[in-house]
Amino acid sequence: MSNKVLIVGGGLAGTIIANGLCRHIGAELRKGDVSITMLGTTDTHMYQPGLLYVPFGKIRERELFRPQRKVLDKRVIFHVDPASNIDVDNKKVTCQSGAVHEYDYLVIATGSRLMPQNIPGMEEGAHWLYDLDGARKMRTALDEFEGGKIVVNVNAPHKCPVAPLEITFMLKEYLEGKGLWDKSEITYTYPIGRLHALEPVAEWAKPAMDESGIKYETFFNTKEVDPKAKSISSEEGVTLDYDLLVTIPPHAGAEVITDSGLGDGGWVPTHKTKLLREGSTDVFVCGDTTNIPISKAGSTAHFEADTVIDNLASLLTEGRWARDYDGKVFCFVETGMKTGTYVWFDYKTPPNPGAPSQMIHWFKLAYNRLYWLSARGLL
Amino acid sequence: MSERKIIDARGSFCPGPLMELIAALKLLQVGDEVEILSTDQGTAKDVPEWCAKVGHETVESGEKDGHWYVVVRKAK
Repeated sequence: MSNKVLIVGGGLAGTIIANGLCRHIGAELRKGDVSITMLGTTDTHMYQPGLLYVPFGKIRERELFRPQRKVLDKRVIFHVDPASNIDVDNKKVTCQSGAVHEYDYLVIATGSRLMPQNIPGMEEGAHWLYDLDGARKMRTALDEFEGGKIVVNVNAPHKCPVAPLEITFMLKEYLEGKGLWDKSEITYTYPIGRLHALEPVAEWAKPAMDESGIKYETFFNTKEVDPKAKSISSEEGVTLDYDLLVTIPPHAGAEVITDSGLGDGGWVPTHKTKLLREGSTDVFVCGDTTNIPISKAGSTAHFEADTVIDNLASLLTEGRWARDYDGKVFCFVETGMKTGTYVWFDYKTPPNPGAPSQMIHWFKLAYNRLYWLSARGLL
Repeated sequence: MSERKIIDARGSFCPGPLMELIAALKLLQVGDEVEILSTDQGTAKDVPEWCAKVGHETVESGEKDGHWYVVVRKAK
């Protein structure tokens, strides 16, 4: 009887696992001893970090997309049929079409979603670039912007933790390039008492913002946005006026997670090194979907996925555990339109970002192309 | 009041204990308690400071077994 591996979610984490697993268990797939099935929500794979460049006109939209079928190894059975219920007690997943898939091993990689509707006035009053529609609207808003007050507002929880800083510094250079900086002002808001969750990144960002003339407001957790008055207020009692509000909305996990009773907020309780759902030995969780207190980022998904691949391949072929996840995360940080840096850390090694350079910026631009090798499980 | 939620943010550099707490509080009801565990000594200062600013209640905080802990009650 063959082992059925079922992957729920066709984002980066699920795709790397599906492709990587194919490379590790080719013989078992040929013999029909193992099958790999993926349940996705769309037939298109999007390179999400590329959205950063859309509002500034620095990337063509079509560069962000590939057909998911072409990104996936041909041996992966792929259905565009979103999961509506995940039943870990009876080892089956029901889809919106009514189809039911049983599994021996399940990978939950359902990701996160934007929830601007959770803050009064945010949908009406703010722009964001974390999805394509939002990034397009922000591009239009920037095209029409003639100077004034911009607030870059960060909410918790959110994915891609360095993106808000990247947006801020890129905005400043964008406005300089258009000759608007002299009549503009940027204020960056952050939920905790420094400019970034990572202390060394915050220590770098503060003097960089001071030097750039970018203002900031820490301990700012958004209470509401007033689109008519064009103001944003915090739970801490601060109100800022804006002409253009750029927000990183709060995130939640997928609806199917809460609907299936697998985790509050859509985040699945997950062992931080095993990447197994708490209480399960046959359910892996990967990427944004976990409740592990670690960055929700493509890089995290990538390193977690490598661990899941090794363990699934080892369990399927040798019946043993291979290795634990060490908490590794690596993120590029664009520090403007022409320079960048990077930061990496794991559960035991604190981050220590280097000085920004043009070469790292170029490498980040190269990675925008290399991503497709990551998704294919080759990099 | 539901069972006290525990967030084990020991060894978490990003997003870190306070960001985890802020996110967790959004999912709780008024009166619920959450305990945050951290290996970052700054947590014992940062969390009560933020709670005082926003109006949540710091129930207790301290150090045990090589880590810091803070218990917060959602007040609004």
